[in-house]
Amino acid sequence: MDWLNKNWELVIGLSGVHIGLSILPVVVGLAVALPLGWVAFRYKKIGRFLVPASGLLYTIPSLPLFIALPIILGTSILDPTNLIVGLTIYAVALLVRQIVDALGSVNHAVRQASVAMGYSPWQRFWQVDLPLAGPVLLSGLRVVSVSTVSLVSIGSVIGVTSLGYLFLNGFKRGIPEEVLVGVIATVIIAFIFDGVLVLLGRLLMPWARKAQS
Amino acid sequence: MNFLEEALRWIFNPAVHEGANSLAVRIGEHLSYTFGAVVLGAVIAIPLGILVGHTRRGTAVTVSLTGGLRALPSLGVLILIALSVGIGFQAPLATFVIMAIPPLLAGTYAGIQAVNPLTVDAARAMGMTPLQIIFQVEVPLALPLIVAGMRSAVLQVVATATLAAYVSGGALGVYIFSALARRDYPQMLAASLIVIGLAFALDGIFALLQRLARPRGTVVLR
Repeated sequence: MDWLNKNWELVIGLSGVHIGLSILPVVVGLAVALPLGWVAFRYKKIGRFLVPASGLLYTIPSLPLFIALPIILGTSILDPTNLIVGLTIYAVALLVRQIVDALGSVNHAVRQASVAMGYSPWQRFWQVDLPLAGPVLLSGLRVVSVSTVSLVSIGSVIGVTSLGYLFLNGFKRGIPEEVLVGVIATVIIAFIFDGVLVLLGRLLMPWARKAQS
Repeated sequence: MNFLEEALRWIFNPAVHEGANSLAVRIGEHLSYTFGAVVLGAVIAIPLGILVGHTRRGTAVTVSLTGGLRALPSLGVLILIALSVGIGFQAPLATFVIMAIPPLLAGTYAGIQAVNPLTVDAARAMGMTPLQIIFQVEVPLALPLIVAGMRSAVLQVVATATLAAYVSGGALGVYIFSALARRDYPQMLAASLIVIGLAFALDGIFALLQRLARPRGTVVLR
């Protein structure tokens, strides 16, 4: 515990940076994937192309993606934008398929009832489709948040500081405790993110829990 | 686009294809890590997944275990193991086995659990023993999902195998890390493109295997 006692301020600071780097890809990823997923669900012909294409994006390994992005984005190799855009791509890739599945899980009779009651397509999406697709969407969002939090540390290899700094620094200086603290802090952040998502799900979709029990 | 040209020139430079640091050697190391870790992971995860799926016991524990393992940052685990067992290929291999287990386990137990209980009942009524039920009914029907689990395990390891070079474990990451130190962007990009190509190729092969794994006469429900 020696190392942690002397360096806890560093760990707290890096955890804050790590959280900051993780939030953006998840939020932006959801915002981008939502319309794409809707289009893929609504227009099956586009979906047949869009869903496999997003799956293919997900197969790109992370470090090579962060390194290849500068030629597309025109950024420098050490720019944090590469990491954030890369992680956002993964979030979108995972969520598009999940949103298609989530919208598919909505009972068709309910959807037709809302049309019969005079809901416009816009109202129907926000007030019927999205809330009912919520639980399936949430499970996808939880996977995205866990993988984003753990992938952020890879960015330290290309100079984007996060808890990953503790891995590289601990390796250079031969301090296993420093690396272990980094691993544990990352896992704790992943669990906090997951807890917040579950809590948000309960607040926004109180019916989902009743249906389960 | 200039960088892209230079990266391609790097790939086709004859010097890259000679000696102990040749591209073929590094690709070989990369693939050895991938298959080694997935095979070792499968030896652990598939029997466990069959057990959980067949008995339907311990599902909650398995779900949280696979979720917890997924939260582990691969780079941190790799370095932590390297600090205790030393640099070389052991630490990366151990890390990649840990990374391969969650998708293999999830694919196996989900596949077994998804088998129609009526089919299992029918097999039992026909006088099949539990072992026969597992190996002649459940595993064949679960095979496409088990192969899907292998596919994501392979992709997971092919991606993280790039990090092996950080602890002197070889593989394609060697080019990336040596180039990072020298700020040699074309070499970094070239190696990255090769890793991406490798991932695509393996994904394609496993997509095909997944299709072949479907037992004849069964219908895909989507």
